[in-house]
Amino acid sequence: MWRDALLVAGKDIRIELRSRVALWQVLPFAVLVLVLFGFALGPGPHALRTAAPGLYWLAVLFSTVLATQRSFAIESGEGTRDGLRLAGIDPAGVFLGKAGAVALQLVCVQVLLGAGIVVLFGVRFDAWWLALVSSVLATVGLASAGVLYGALSAGLRVRETLLPLLVLPIVAPVLIAGSRAWAAAVTGAVSSGASWLKILGPFAAVYLAVGVALYGPLQEAA
Amino acid sequence: MSSRMSSVATVSGAAGSRSLRNTTRAIGVAALVATVATVILGLWVTPPAKVQGTLVRLLYIHPPVAWVALYCSFGLAALSSFLYLWRRTRSLFWDRLGASAVEVGVVFTGLTLVTGSLWGRPTWGVWWTWTARLTSTALLFVLYIGYMALRRVPATQEVRARRSAVAALVAFVDVPIVSFSVDWWQTLHQRGTVLNPGLTLKVHGSMAWTMALGFVAMTLVFAWMVLVRYRIEALGDVISDNELEVSLAERWSEAEQVPAAGAPLVGGERVPEPAGSGR
Repeated sequence: MWRDALLVAGKDIRIELRSRVALWQVLPFAVLVLVLFGFALGPGPHALRTAAPGLYWLAVLFSTVLATQRSFAIESGEGTRDGLRLAGIDPAGVFLGKAGAVALQLVCVQVLLGAGIVVLFGVRFDAWWLALVSSVLATVGLASAGVLYGALSAGLRVRETLLPLLVLPIVAPVLIAGSRAWAAAVTGAVSSGASWLKILGPFAAVYLAVGVALYGPLQEAA
Repeated sequence: MSSRMSSVATVSGAAGSRSLRNTTRAIGVAALVATVATVILGLWVTPPAKVQGTLVRLLYIHPPVAWVALYCSFGLAALSSFLYLWRRTRSLFWDRLGASAVEVGVVFTGLTLVTGSLWGRPTWGVWWTWTARLTSTALLFVLYIGYMALRRVPATQEVRARRSAVAALVAFVDVPIVSFSVDWWQTLHQRGTVLNPGLTLKVHGSMAWTMALGFVAMTLVFAWMVLVRYRIEALGDVISDNELEVSLAERWSEAEQVPAAGAPLVGGERVPEPAGSGR
């Protein structure tokens, strides 16, 4: 399972490195969202700084939708999915691999966005480790839930409109917990911030487990 | 011709046995009686409450509706989706049951939000507050609307069933996480508001009976709606299965009749007429 996961993740990452779609579309989109938020809230530094954690996570959520869409767009070629199934790769491995590749892209997005809110919104972190841990947990959860729904809507003609409707309400807890944890990391209220990890952790674990368990039937249905 | 006959036969087969239809009808009648009784008791027989006045009457409807929406329907949907995915119990019966439950559940969730809002406006002074319950109910509403949207996507029955079952399970797993996170979010960030409903009303006497009756009535309405919706779903599946066959049969029979009626010939070829089915 793990070897298969590495193979699939490696394949997806290689495709991304060569096609550069993530680099030239997803990353600029994330930055664009930040800039647009700045326009919407006005140039006052105080408003931007208080809103920054929420805006950051909203931008991450939007990028998740894009990244998962992309992750299944590369499988939409003639017979690609059948090829993947015929290769005798464990469905759980496919799930973990695709989620891993999406997670890696999300990490890149988050590094850029994190730099963005520091530079553009003037955010200073008091508790780096809290922001980092919550980001890691949230990334795992977002990638798993995203890939799960990406597989559900893969190959459908309406997937562009359907996927956000399916994914965004599911990952709402990540938005809540992530932005609260980051707000605490900014203000330094570590104890209240750390309690949000109790939501991010289980979310990641549950969707990883659900994905591993249900990807088989899902792949047959696609 | 034979395919048309067989399709008629399966339509009546999917419509369910006579006993099922009779059960549905009996539940429907019971639901109607219980609802009418709740309305009469709630509007005229019970007294207005001390604090809330006549507003209390909405509480004969709102909690029962919420009970049906959040527990009966989404619980049933999750259970039947699980039973569909489990190989030993896999059958389209569970798929249709789950779909019916979700659809009815979405209607009841909408009603929960509307009746809650109607109650909140005079009681709290606002249509909407970001309390944990309201927020997570609204999220659930959107979540299951997504399920219905996924179901509308054209696919074969098997594929649609599997997809929907996975979606329903994934959504159901999210329910506790959503409610926990929203709960924390709310308690940490909205404390000591005037809107806090400290009006714990003591329900007793005729009011308690009416509320209990409301629960019975709404559960019966739920059961009736799910049964009817199930039948429609089954009939719809039969029709979509047979539609192509029936139209083909019609087209062939037209083609057989056309030369006898003196079909127009263009360059020695018969002009094909569009099939009447309009698909």
